[in-house]
Amino acid sequence: MANTNFEKYKSDGSLGGNVLEWVDARFPLTAMWRGHLSEYYAPKNFNFWYFFGSLALLVLVIQIVTGIFLVMHYKPDASLNANGVPVAFASVEYIMRDVPWGWMIRYMHSTGASAFFIVVYLHMFRGMMYGSYRKPRELTWLFGVGIFLCLMGEAFFGYLLPWGQMSFWGAQVIVNLFSAIPLIGDPLSIWLRGDFVIGDATLNRFFSFHVIAFPLVLIGLIAAHILALHETGSNNPDGVEIKAKKDEKGIPLDGIPFHPYYTVKDIVGVVVFLMVFSAIMFFAPEGGGYFLERPNFFPADPLKTPDHIAPVWYFTPFYSILRAVVWPIFGIDAKFWGVVAMGASVVIFAFLPWLDRSPVKSIRYRGPIYKTFLTLFVISFFILGYLGTQSPSYWGEKISQLCSLIYFGFFLLMPWYSKVDKYRPAPERVTG
Amino acid sequence: MSNECKVDCGRRRLVVATAAVGGVGAVAALVPFVSSMLPSERAKAAGAPVEVDISKLEPGQMMTVEWRGKPVWILHRNQDMLETLPKLDGEMADPNSDKKMQPEYAKNPTRSIKPEILVTVGICTHLGCSPSSKFKKGADEGMSADWLGGFLCPCHGSTFDFAGRVYKAKPAPDNLEVPPHYYIADTRILIGEDKKGA
Repeated sequence: MANTNFEKYKSDGSLGGNVLEWVDARFPLTAMWRGHLSEYYAPKNFNFWYFFGSLALLVLVIQIVTGIFLVMHYKPDASLNANGVPVAFASVEYIMRDVPWGWMIRYMHSTGASAFFIVVYLHMFRGMMYGSYRKPRELTWLFGVGIFLCLMGEAFFGYLLPWGQMSFWGAQVIVNLFSAIPLIGDPLSIWLRGDFVIGDATLNRFFSFHVIAFPLVLIGLIAAHILALHETGSNNPDGVEIKAKKDEKGIPLDGIPFHPYYTVKDIVGVVVFLMVFSAIMFFAPEGGGYFLERPNFFPADPLKTPDHIAPVWYFTPFYSILRAVVWPIFGIDAKFWGVVAMGASVVIFAFLPWLDRSPVKSIRYRGPIYKTFLTLFVISFFILGYLGTQSPSYWGEKISQLCSLIYFGFFLLMPWYSKVDKYRPAPERVTG
Repeated sequence: MSNECKVDCGRRRLVVATAAVGGVGAVAALVPFVSSMLPSERAKAAGAPVEVDISKLEPGQMMTVEWRGKPVWILHRNQDMLETLPKLDGEMADPNSDKKMQPEYAKNPTRSIKPEILVTVGICTHLGCSPSSKFKKGADEGMSADWLGGFLCPCHGSTFDFAGRVYKAKPAPDNLEVPPHYYIADTRILIGEDKKGA
């Protein structure tokens, strides 16, 4: 939908007009503005669920800005200072106690990490409900899955940096997952750590990944995600193509310009979001022990694992799937298959465009079987997430095995149930 | 491949050959970057052996020392603890220490050089957490009523007995590792080296 064949700007003779004409002759400024904002036609029936894309962009900006300022004071150094405290841990305490407003910048960054996953999960769920991953938006979806993977890496690397007990042992467990791969596992995990144990080398490279490598890739993928979206145009809650019905000027009958209509609508979302975000940041920055885990207030001790270790909440559904696999298969340890299941549970999202065989896109016109499967999937996701925060137990294991089955069943049975399910024909135009 | 090139076929082949050579160069350029992430010479040199004095370690006590950044436990087992070992053979994944998780001189029922002194790396063979001590019999420390004492990994629930042997049907696949070590004197252990000439 992003039209790029716009006429160059012609000055009206004013100074500002002359400047704009000069720039526009050398850079596609008005073409970009019109193609992506003022003449990008989005469906007029966007609802609540369409806030989360722009909110994710807002959180990205928060993370980058706060991150730039944190790096001014943070030191990725695992050696002990004169007081016997690791330098990295002490530098985070320094930010919290001595740097003017450092506590707020750091809480913005740590709350931002959890906020990022909340809005991204809601954004993904929107895409699943309305079939936004379906043809012709498969690539937008694939870039999105890439963004999600990258975001998981970014969060994981960032979590090591405070060099607390949970940072250390979380990284220890996750890096050791790679050692489960037959043959190459041990050398691979040593290569990832840069040492035989999690240490200074690991901290420094995770810092490099967290502040340079992954943010760059993330921004590139986000640009690709938005460009691909603007090429096909946005889906909408009815899952119908607005480009199928255009007026004589070639503008979709059900489309409205993104700017000013959706920029203004998104500002409402931003205001509400920032209210919730600020409330958490100022009054509950630890998020009840879910956003910042208590063992992380103790410096990393390579000789003692905390009594209860669990990943941060946004990883727990996948962590539960990892723990649910307890049987060796083909003579290879269960831990390897746990890693495979965990990896598959994330990557499987990428296959949605080809697993879904329903004649309609939106949940509004789908039948009871799909709705049941989606509901069970969401419930399983929450239960897995909860169990991942808990210590291992007999019933926890059995329930997480059942929920993992439902989780994978939602995807793997989709080619069957999305085809045989009842549906109502989608309307020709959006329904408001 | 068709020979009906609309362009000069000779030049096309040269372009392909140039691109191939350039590609090889680009891949070769990856080597230094990938290699730079391997343990440095300093990290490799840091694995010096550690000498430990165990004269003050009473029966039933355990001490932890650091070797290559890992916790190494030295457990002075009392008679009670040693008596639990044969009773548990049936519940162990590798009761006879057949897998190479220990040097030859520790491949015995107590997995140690001296029966009462256990030297083992306190890192769970599942995902590398350090198990906690659960030495009391029964349910006092949150274990089951028939627990005979040993170690519990807090991360994924693997359990080990007083010889560091892993229980069956737990996430950890192997017994705890016994590092190379030997007695310099009666109460002094060198961890990290086998006895020379042994």
